[in-house]
Amino acid sequence: MTLEADKAKINLDSLVIRFAGDSGDGMQVTGDRFTAGSAILGNDVATFPNYPAEIRAPAGTIAGVSAFQVQIADHDIYTPGDFPTVLVAMNPAALKANIADLPPGGVVICNSDAFDQRSLEKAGYAANPLEDGSLDIYKLYGVPITSLTLEACKGIGAKPRDAERSKNFFALGLVSWLYDRPYQPTLDFIRMRYAKNSQVVEANTLAFNAGRYFGETAEVFESSYTVPASKLPPGEYTNITGNTALSWGLIAAARQASLPMFLGSYPITPASDILHELSKHKAFDVTTFQAEDEIAAVCSALGAAFGGAIGVTTTSGPGIDLKSETVGLAVSLELPLVIIDIQRGGPSTGLPTKTEQSDLLHVMFGRHGEAPVPIVAAATPAHCFEAATEAVRIALTYRTPVYLLSDGYLANGAEPFRIPAEAELPEIKVEFATKANKVLPDGREVFWPYLRDEKTLARPWALPGTKGLEHRIGGIEKADGSGNISYDPLNHELMVQVRQAKVEGISKDLPDLEVDDPDQANVLVMGWGSTYGTIVASVNNLRQSGYSIARAHLMYLNPFPRNLADVLSKYDKVLIPEMNSGQLAFLIRSKFLKNVTQLNKIQGVPFKTSEIEAALITMATESK
Amino acid sequence: MTTIEKLTRKDFMSDQEVRWCPGCGDYSILAAVQLLLPELNAEKHNTVFISGIGCAARFPYYMNTYGVHSIHGRAPAVASGLAITRPDLDVWVIGGDGDMLSIGGNHLIHALRRNINMVVVMFNNQIYGLTKGQYSPTSEVGKVTKSSPFGSADQPFNPISLAIGAEATFVARTHDMDRAHMQFVLKKAHEHKGASFVEIYQNCNVFNDGAFESITGKENRQDKLLILQDGEPILFGKDNAYGIAPDPSGGIRIVEVAKEGMEHVLVHDAKKKDPSLAFALSRLGISNEEPRPIGIFRDIEREDYGTSLLTQQQNVLQKQGKGALDKLFRSQSTWVVEE
Ligand code: SF4
Repeated sequence: MTLEADKAKINLDSLVIRFAGDSGDGMQVTGDRFTAGSAILGNDVATFPNYPAEIRAPAGTIAGVSAFQVQIADHDIYTPGDFPTVLVAMNPAALKANIADLPPGGVVICNSDAFDQRSLEKAGYAANPLEDGSLDIYKLYGVPITSLTLEACKGIGAKPRDAERSKNFFALGLVSWLYDRPYQPTLDFIRMRYAKNSQVVEANTLAFNAGRYFGETAEVFESSYTVPASKLPPGEYTNITGNTALSWGLIAAARQASLPMFLGSYPITPASDILHELSKHKAFDVTTFQAEDEIAAVCSALGAAFGGAIGVTTTSGPGIDLKSETVGLAVSLELPLVIIDIQRGGPSTGLPTKTEQSDLLHVMFGRHGEAPVPIVAAATPAHCFEAATEAVRIALTYRTPVYLLSDGYLANGAEPFRIPAEAELPEIKVEFATKANKVLPDGREVFWPYLRDEKTLARPWALPGTKGLEHRIGGIEKADGSGNISYDPLNHELMVQVRQAKVEGISKDLPDLEVDDPDQANVLVMGWGSTYGTIVASVNNLRQSGYSIARAHLMYLNPFPRNLADVLSKYDKVLIPEMNSGQLAFLIRSKFLKNVTQLNKIQGVPFKTSEIEAALITMATESK
Repeated sequence: MTTIEKLTRKDFMSDQEVRWCPGCGDYSILAAVQLLLPELNAEKHNTVFISGIGCAARFPYYMNTYGVHSIHGRAPAVASGLAITRPDLDVWVIGGDGDMLSIGGNHLIHALRRNINMVVVMFNNQIYGLTKGQYSPTSEVGKVTKSSPFGSADQPFNPISLAIGAEATFVARTHDMDRAHMQFVLKKAHEHKGASFVEIYQNCNVFNDGAFESITGKENRQDKLLILQDGEPILFGKDNAYGIAPDPSGGIRIVEVAKEGMEHVLVHDAKKKDPSLAFALSRLGISNEEPRPIGIFRDIEREDYGTSLLTQQQNVLQKQGKGALDKLFRSQSTWVVEE
């Protein structure tokens, strides 16, 4: 048999593949490389990594299974797919944990070497599913991945235990062949990523090639598949995760504002990757500070903001609770600050590696006293870039802390990002106070730190080091204008109202909420954050089946866009799908007295299109 | 070139009325600082005072410089962000014993170990003043207060020992009854590059009056106050009759100079890398029979955090040049979708 195997290539318009194995098996790298290879081919891609909270849960157990799902398509896609059509399972536990998601007819590729008695027992199998006929409804391929990997690496003198580690690259080679992905980018990646250890480079390369050749030569695979390139809008693209897009957005915003950036952060899943990414970019005048705790992280960012930097802090889950007091101080000091919350399942430690949208009401209200904070939410991994530049722009323009919400699904998920031209980046202008702004009755010219800009209600930002503008600010209530300590009752009421008015006034400078409604529907589905992809896909599916559904997605959650009341009044029925118990629904009801229908999922995993479609079909049918 | 006008205390006084209780030790500290800054050629606009919460934390409002009155315990953290990003500024952190050692203990130790360039001044009055008289993390065991009617069961911190243990590069103690000594210590703290920790014994005449009277009171100083002077033998008592000598067991002990001979008395060296002597001195005075040292316990050189970061950044800039967005966006593989 020749290497130029000339088996039929079947064109697929999309493919959802899930790699699953032990958390030590390298499934995230495998999935990531498969995605990168597809993105280079011009496919649209969307990914969903799903890994256990424990770094090394007991090997071979269901708790230790790590998975990475990617959808690649020749058309625009919005989600990593509801169900995989191909499952790669490296051991019995991975099979057991994932097989229920695979529809009948799906492809299962298993590492048959891993299906020994002990591993089967650990996963809770009484009999070997590869042999007992229980997988008959699938296209099952048992491949002795471990032994073939060891065989391939025999010549390089690696210890079997080390060589075995390359088995994920064997699997990757195999599926790369099966789905016609380019090989070179992965070979380059192996060379660069493991450059420090030539034996690892060699072993991974040999394993990867062995996987390819196995696919080409072995009789078990009847045909290979290919997914043609999708038609994204013209432009140059790179494949990007939400956390990387967010980091780049911050860097771009700092560059646009011509200000240094300071990130104060404490490591926490799934926000840490932003700290990792930003710490690489000192050349952009980015300072990263790994603080002693979440509180110091946000406090140091606020201190840097007092000195004229863009102060940023990142966190997830319980970190947000810890930062709340300082966010209140930032509201009182009226200094720019961006607090990034990569939401995860709660309460408490909750589900650290699973996604949820359950911090909305916390960031909206979770401070003592009345302390309004603007909220911006990212909708897709690539959109994290724009959400970050917007958060910085609002913080700088209005001298206010701003919450930027992302979540675990966006943070680790990836999709193509169209590289913006410099001219497409938002204009961010900052002016610092340079001179006195008030003449006292006795004729003295002084600087009043709380004398506001009439339009934005922002207070002047006078940097230490500026002669003549020395001033003191603090958390005690300040007199309107002078900023001196004031316990005057009427002044306090005024200051509470002004702080509120300032945040509400931001809506004047926000775009209207766009509604996608080609055929005047009665039913509107409105979401926020990472449900975007699934909502768009659901609505597109339903329209193809003849339903009229309108769709809108909120990026600004405080203040809301000015036209939101109008939009809501136009529709009889509004569905709000959320990965929480109904937090946006709560805000909409209380603010607009509009009764909305909730669709809630609190399982640590995103909605499936089928779930949203079912809810919309019910509403659309009722309203006919 | 700008000509430097000689500033005076008045230049550093803000227009805000000082509102501590009459007779509070904070007044003398404020005066000492306001008088000292012109001596240091400090510039108002390049000076920032940052505080947390407590009586002491009102300090920034009274200084005609830049200032932030932040939240309880967090002043060292707020100041860290400022000092790292603005190495051109003189950053002072002011707080009390509750603020810095209780709710803010974590931030204090980390700012000290990182050696962030700032002067941390802790007013120690061994009580919570602003909340009206509860025991603090420096109150003595058995102290009867509003929240400890049967006496405090808490072992107090020794702030100097704590700072030395936290890898602080400058550690000193002074007291509010001696302006000259306060100014001497604060001047040295200000000269020191990196984090300087200064504990000031401060009398809270309302809730803990006379807490340090047995040490700093005029009639007690001679026997109970040991003034550390760099390069000088460590002596105290009337006619410097007593001294500190190494103890064969490893620590230090008090000796009568006439009996043991001057050659056995230790010479103070704050610059010693090894912190054992500074630590041993910090333990003196825990029992009432011993004298309590004031002065500079430790003053060593170590690169401050901001400078280390700046060096890293300069190295990166030298290697990579200024960051370019179009390069950043293309740092992973890219592809083009044609019209
Ligand atoms: S309560 Fe004590 S420390 Fe506070 S101002 Fe009054 S005397 Fe000074």
